[in-house]
Amino acid sequence: MAVVLKEPSPLTRPQTLLDLIGNTPLLSLQRIAPDLPPEVEVYAKAEWANPGGSVKDRAALWMIRDGEQRGLLRPGMRIADATSGNTGIAYATVGAALGYQVTLAMPENATPERKRILRALGAELLLTDAQQGMDLAIQTIRSLVEREPDRFFYPDQYNNPANVAAHYHTTGPEIWSQTDGRITHFVAALGTSGTFMGTGHRLREYNPAIHLSGVQPDGPIHGIEGIKHMATTTMVPGIYDPHFPDELIEVETEAAFAMARQLGLVEGLLVGISAAANVVAALQVAHRLTEGVIVTILCDDASKYLSERFWDEACDDGMAGAGI
Amino acid sequence: MATRISIPTALRQYAGNNSSVSIEAPTVGAALKTLTAQYPDLGKHLFADDKLRSFVNVYVNDDDIRYLDGETTPLTERDEISIIPAIAGGNAKD
Repeated sequence: MAVVLKEPSPLTRPQTLLDLIGNTPLLSLQRIAPDLPPEVEVYAKAEWANPGGSVKDRAALWMIRDGEQRGLLRPGMRIADATSGNTGIAYATVGAALGYQVTLAMPENATPERKRILRALGAELLLTDAQQGMDLAIQTIRSLVEREPDRFFYPDQYNNPANVAAHYHTTGPEIWSQTDGRITHFVAALGTSGTFMGTGHRLREYNPAIHLSGVQPDGPIHGIEGIKHMATTTMVPGIYDPHFPDELIEVETEAAFAMARQLGLVEGLLVGISAAANVVAALQVAHRLTEGVIVTILCDDASKYLSERFWDEACDDGMAGAGI
Repeated sequence: MATRISIPTALRQYAGNNSSVSIEAPTVGAALKTLTAQYPDLGKHLFADDKLRSFVNVYVNDDDIRYLDGETTPLTERDEISIIPAIAGGNAKD
């Protein structure tokens, strides 16, 4: 007898690209930590399902819509920001879909994949000196916007409450609904902190007992793109409240690399490095528990990182190398 | 002769807030070892298990030492070493 698989749900109605932002699947991670008891469940939001390929679509859409509503972004203006990563792709994706042009400043050592994606989406790139990192990129975009304020809308994701609101109104309720209100622990990396702060605040409103773990690298330079070390940064995001997390978990870049390889091998999930760092931390939390429902964020997939050397390194570090 | 090593913004806090340090050494590896001996707090950010961490890129003039002779790359007069975080966002202000 032929195997019968579940038929896919029928597609409903035509959608725009913007309708595809959010409502991402919640995946059950069942094979990455076989030693966990069945009472400890680990889930992860597949944020690469957003049209721009990352969790940043949510914040970009909300910051752009907020800018329009407040009259700061008007037809004919350009969206301008300093970003080397997914936020830039999200601005360029949403910007193209809404008819706004986008200017992004970034250090010249941003990966070639990113620059190609951004140019394919029509973004103008201002490349700055690599040694001076994001400092110079931020200064470059700020001086550009100051010179011509009527020409540019500067969302400033680190200080824009609409970044937090995006997750308060979308990611938080989605996780609550997808776990039937059973979530006990939320684990998410801190970059701008928008995902963590917005989702965390909403989840705490549903259930004040939900434990919140922020994830950060183990030092100011690291290989986990998009996240930052709050203890040493000279610019803590304005939207971040250091008293809000129950704990901060530091993840070594090498552990995130090992986990990225391991997730591909045992779960069939090719995820980005910050996503892998989140899973390292989520499993650390999971191993402390005898029961619980842990949810973390898979910020993006591996497609923008496949040229990195670590994929070719031996996987014999396995679980030990992942620090779990 | 001394070789100038330029320190990225994010790591200057571990190097006496210097933007560059001059060190006499025959190879890149020796220069970095002397640097981290002088500033021990810098060590764990550059090395793990005695190997340069994979997200730390070291250039001699305009060339990544991975495409030269790695840490055994010899230094000659007027060479400059740059330490550059591999990811563009990897500094203190991203």
